[in-house]
Amino acid sequence: MEAGRQDDDRLGDIFKALADATRRKILDELTERDGQTLFEICTRLAMKHGLGSSRQAISQHLDVLESVGLVETRREGRYKFHHINTEPLNGLVDRWRRPDCQEDA
Amino acid sequence: MKIYVTNVLVDDQEKALRFYTDVLGFVKKTDVPTGESRWLTVVSPDDPDGVELLLEPDSHPAVKPFKEALVNDGIPFTSFAVDDVRKEYERLRALGVKFTQEPFEMGPVTTAVFDDTCGNLIQIAQHGPSPEAPKNDG
Repeated sequence: MEAGRQDDDRLGDIFKALADATRRKILDELTERDGQTLFEICTRLAMKHGLGSSRQAISQHLDVLESVGLVETRREGRYKFHHINTEPLNGLVDRWRRPDCQEDA
Repeated sequence: MKIYVTNVLVDDQEKALRFYTDVLGFVKKTDVPTGESRWLTVVSPDDPDGVELLLEPDSHPAVKPFKEALVNDGIPFTSFAVDDVRKEYERLRALGVKFTQEPFEMGPVTTAVFDDTCGNLIQIAQHGPSPEAPKNDG
């Protein structure tokens, strides 16, 4: 199966988004508790992981994750919450897997 | 020199007084008219001679965008100490208080963040284990 150009670009973007340790930590924290404000994410990264990134830097990491669909934001009144969405990861590497290795057809 | 007062910028002093006393449980300490508004402070009933909280009007034009930006990012600008964050979280939620961060334990500190209905997010923080936590007798 040959991947289309668009699909291939999308794949590259997702791997790029996941290639950063801070962004993976953000996804870890959203897995632990989904729906967090920027403040909570920053607090968790600082207190649990000792990351000294600025709020601005974390906000940019969230933008990258959002651009590939791994993070979605929800407005509730005046607040903004961040949610993880793992749907873009589905079937991500199927094109290189042999059919007999796939868990599901 | 010592710190005797700190402030929260509120959109309505009367509404703020109700929330900070009726809901949070502080008590009114000073209420003096000062032209358009009031010098209005509350204190903790556990520490009536302690630091006062001034409920200050947020009418300066620079304040609104500042408060909105903080709330948008979930940032509490004020923090109060409590003995038991989880207990306080349950109590306030039952009174209809909206939390933007549920209790979260990070090492020796547990925090939660709620909306004061006057345009601010407030953090409550507990240092050390809950008073009711089961003792570890080994």
